[in-house]
Amino acid sequence: MKRQISVTINGRTRTDEVEPRLLLIHYLREVCGLTGPHIGCETSLCGACTVEFNGQAIKSCTMFAVQADGGRVTTIEGLASNGTLHPVQEAFWEEHALQCGFCTPGMIMAAKQLLDRNPAPDDPEIRHGIEGNLCRCTGYQNIVAAVRSAAAKMSA
Amino acid sequence: MIAQDFNYSTPATIEEALGLISGGEAKLLAGGMSLIPLMKLRLAAPGHVVDLSRVAGLSGISEAGGAIRVGAMMTHYEVESSALVRARCTLLAETAAMIGDVQVRNRGTMGGAVAHADPSADYPAALQALEARVTIAGAAGTRVVSVDEFFVDTFTTGLEPGEIITGIEVPVEPEGTGVSYQKMLQPASGFAIVGVAVRIRKEGGVISFARVGVTGLGSRAYRAAGVEERLAGTAGSASDIANAAAVIADGIDANSDIHASAAYRAQMARVFGARAIQAAVNRAA
Amino acid sequence: MTPTITRTKAEPLIGKRVKRREDPRLITGTATYVDDIQMPGMHHACIIRSPHAAARIRGINVSAAKETPGVVAVFTGEDAKGVGPVPCGASLPGLRVPHHYILALDRVYFAGHPVAVVVATDKYIARDAADLVEVDYEELPAVADPEKAIAEGAPAVHPEWPDNVAFNFHQEGGDVNQAFAEAEVVLKQRITSQRLIPTPMETRGVVAEWKSGDKSLTVYSSTQIPHLLRTLLAGMLGLPEHKTRVVTPEVGGGFGCKLNVYAEEALMGFVAMKIGKPVKWIESRRENYLCTIHGRGHVDYFEIAAKRDGTILGLKLKLIQDLGAYHQLLTPAIPTLSVLMMPGLYRFRNISADIVGAFTNCVPTDAYRGAGRPEATHGIERMVDILAAELNMDPAEIRMKNFIKPDEFPFATATGLTYDSGEYDKPLRHALEVAGYQKLRAEQAQARTDGRLMGIGLSTYGEICAFGPSPATPAGGWESATVKIEPSGKVTVMTGASPHGQGEETTFAQIAADELGVDIDDVVVLHGDTAVVQYGIGTFGSRGTAVGGPALYYALQELKVKIKKFGAMLLDSDDVSFEDGVCTCNHSGRTCTLAEVSGAAHRAMKLPPDTPPGMQATYFWEPPNFTFPFGAHLVVTEVDRDTGQIQIKRYVAVDDCGRIINPMIVDGQVHGGVAQGLGQALYEQAVYDENGQLLSGELTDYAIPKATMMPWIESAHTETPSPVNPLGVKGVGEAGTIGCSPAVVNSVVDALSGLGVRHLDMPLTPEKIWAVIQKGGQA
Repeated sequence: MKRQISVTINGRTRTDEVEPRLLLIHYLREVCGLTGPHIGCETSLCGACTVEFNGQAIKSCTMFAVQADGGRVTTIEGLASNGTLHPVQEAFWEEHALQCGFCTPGMIMAAKQLLDRNPAPDDPEIRHGIEGNLCRCTGYQNIVAAVRSAAAKMSA
Repeated sequence: MIAQDFNYSTPATIEEALGLISGGEAKLLAGGMSLIPLMKLRLAAPGHVVDLSRVAGLSGISEAGGAIRVGAMMTHYEVESSALVRARCTLLAETAAMIGDVQVRNRGTMGGAVAHADPSADYPAALQALEARVTIAGAAGTRVVSVDEFFVDTFTTGLEPGEIITGIEVPVEPEGTGVSYQKMLQPASGFAIVGVAVRIRKEGGVISFARVGVTGLGSRAYRAAGVEERLAGTAGSASDIANAAAVIADGIDANSDIHASAAYRAQMARVFGARAIQAAVNRAA
Repeated sequence: MTPTITRTKAEPLIGKRVKRREDPRLITGTATYVDDIQMPGMHHACIIRSPHAAARIRGINVSAAKETPGVVAVFTGEDAKGVGPVPCGASLPGLRVPHHYILALDRVYFAGHPVAVVVATDKYIARDAADLVEVDYEELPAVADPEKAIAEGAPAVHPEWPDNVAFNFHQEGGDVNQAFAEAEVVLKQRITSQRLIPTPMETRGVVAEWKSGDKSLTVYSSTQIPHLLRTLLAGMLGLPEHKTRVVTPEVGGGFGCKLNVYAEEALMGFVAMKIGKPVKWIESRRENYLCTIHGRGHVDYFEIAAKRDGTILGLKLKLIQDLGAYHQLLTPAIPTLSVLMMPGLYRFRNISADIVGAFTNCVPTDAYRGAGRPEATHGIERMVDILAAELNMDPAEIRMKNFIKPDEFPFATATGLTYDSGEYDKPLRHALEVAGYQKLRAEQAQARTDGRLMGIGLSTYGEICAFGPSPATPAGGWESATVKIEPSGKVTVMTGASPHGQGEETTFAQIAADELGVDIDDVVVLHGDTAVVQYGIGTFGSRGTAVGGPALYYALQELKVKIKKFGAMLLDSDDVSFEDGVCTCNHSGRTCTLAEVSGAAHRAMKLPPDTPPGMQATYFWEPPNFTFPFGAHLVVTEVDRDTGQIQIKRYVAVDDCGRIINPMIVDGQVHGGVAQGLGQALYEQAVYDENGQLLSGELTDYAIPKATMMPWIESAHTETPSPVNPLGVKGVGEAGTIGCSPAVVNSVVDALSGLGVRHLDMPLTPEKIWAVIQKGGQA
């Protein structure tokens, strides 16, 4: 039986009728048309689907849309404000922290979470902070560099 | 990737939740970090899912009567970042910080993790070492069981059908307690190949109190009483520790999989056990 | 008003760290991958796959699935048997090629083998209905290990070939018997390169759309080879090629596993044509692990012959390749690349190799980053270290001694290749210097005294890149480029290569901007749509820039000739130069811009003599040879005696990929390559049980490196331009992977050498290392 949910996504509240089993990632991608977060596994390992729910980075493939009822979701599409990239996005571009780009939206959301909680992480803390996000292209080196650089810019 | 269809309820009170699960068909959903992947892979297919996230009385972290009560729905992140837990039950905070990854810690709950009883999960080692107690609500009222009773077997607990975990109680650590959780990671999943949690207190230069919880090795997390006995009364020297850790796997039918054989797991329990004991001894005042 | 493009100060972009032009869409979540495609009336497919590695299909009951509301069709092998087999593009003498139906007909050959497909209006419904398809299997004995498969009495993967041998291949050069007869030292070692799962973060996915009015099929697929896929798909589906279009949207990583033509690509075309609606299939990670090709899968028996002074005389190899149950596009060709690369960077010219291709009840192996070359490099670099240890020589010294010298290029190898250029000691010396090699050895001596297990490992690798001269490739080894200068002067480049993360939208824009003297913002690079781009080959084998780049360069040269003709006409001059985007009359100094030139060429009020209107050039470039990048990796490790865990203390990578177009991108390729090499060395392994069940079948059990598992890579370069192409580029996509695994293993073996350890097979799991330590060095 479908249920009505109301979710504030990237600052806009919308109401939809959904099956309880509809995953949040499918809701975002297919109902809301937000295809920035991706699906890379079904075991909650890869982190490509990472979005912010009530201010916390979560894997949207491991949550049903009904669980988000009444909550706030921010996806990669909602990160830039008025056309200005978030410092983490800017740093990913600057430091070549992406290649194929598939993990990138989730990786950026995880990095943002890290910097929200720890504005000046050292390298092991950065690596620990993004260990829930798999990247097969970059060897993480430039991602670490990008998070470092974003941290410096954000605290400047 | 897609779960089977189910009915979904969001009770507001424990009583309401108990009513919904009284038939025994419903599955409780806490953080969903274990249940949802199983449902997606169709290894679990409950017809009715009762979401506990809106139930009053399952949240909060508080101290009373020498114990810290963690509401069943508190996330791992809430536990790891709780000033109270960090100050008064460091072992629990440090263990919470080593579970899964950031996103999992943001969603996963203590009650959910305990109820799932994954034999490689981190919390159970700490909870065994802490001699924690699980508070359970049921139609007949509330009962409290020790984790040792609670963890029965792989994915099997003492939770009866129709019951809900409401919270977990851990003791406040007296000043000077040394604690440590040391874990060998299964590199793919991040679960423990083995994990050992230790609490040590010293009096007059000798170990007066030792508790050792082990996860990953057997079918359930357990307290290594033999290790504790061997530690008690010693000075906690390297050889005392080695002597104690040597028996950590005794009597345990060690798990074996593609990541570690039973013999290796048992040996790593000894190694990580010794390391955890050493770290705890070093921290004990 | 004609817009003007000015670029008064010519500052070349080639060699600069230019930020990537593809990134804005990727960092904002606005790129379009296959699964992001939505179409009106789009249906969804769910594939039913065999749970058994070997079984006879007694029957399939689809009626319950068909009756599910929302299900429009269910197809089985019987329905789809008219679709052409999944193609094998490789040919070898006497190769046995099993007929590879897109859906199993009456027998399944590996766990995950597609058996039926459910098509529904919604993917949730398709998934539900898939559970209602009943397949009656009669399970058969299976074999998953290639050596067991070719042993007496093994179950036959394909009943028609009971010995499970798909082919035998022999190659030799020089006089290997003589070399071994003269040898003062002969050493043997069995070395495996375990099966790996490529694991791009985006799994495969296909959307197929049939336009019944036009009788045309469009297939959107996450592939590395849109044009080859189109040609082969058209053949499989019996469609005219010009009515078959393949579109490659954003591709979330390939690493070789999308250099293929898969059953599902044809199956979705078949379904779209049957139901007359668009249909989407997105591979789950589980399916990706079960059904997309794996890589490596070697058991190698090496023998090396040498003199006591360390001079290598010859190398023998018996290679058993785990092929899996079928040949995918290049499956049987991959081990032959290993043979080609056997000499490594060394001067010896006596080689013999025998390959046995073994069928197993596993998913096929095929090209995975490096494709045959990592296996060969791992083997030769291990053997050189084994030899050095035997002769008590320093591993750096023995390599220096055997390197081909710079004045010996072009160098003809015993395997029939001609190495283009190299100064092999340069990256090695550089790596030794960066790492502080002598100091490290002193530290190591101290560590040993302290009872610590510290190791220093080297690999000096070579690779074959820029695939390749057409006669040496199954499907043409050239590449194409079109350059259009629009009437406004803006530049559109279309490359036949199909980049998917390698950054050619940037590097090719750098090349075009430099050659035309325009701003890089005035260049756009298109790729991956067969309806937009001229025929091309694709991106694999470190060929994108090394073959596609020169094609672009030559197209630009052709266009510059035409630009000058129109410039001469506009300036009324017989002597014009074209630089910095401006034509200048060398007599009067008068100028006209590229926009003015292109505007005139399109308006065509007047034309230069014998010159057609328009401003576009297409060039198909055939490379005269492969390129041969090289480098040296140095790894410092420490082994935890108690647990067997390995810590990478230093990772130094000095790579020479010829001329560097964009150093930022080159370093990124090295980092990613090393991560995959390190994954093989330490963590990754596709594990099948004896019944052919994949035990490492999810990301929870197959460990690709996480951020916490990677060391910081100290990356540096030497630049030895290739004479093979005008850009001097060689290719870098696979270098890191090829250089990494032997360096890591050599380092760990070095750490344990005090225990008498001579060799360890990958992955170097803690348990394996611990067990060796327990047994005092006996592997």
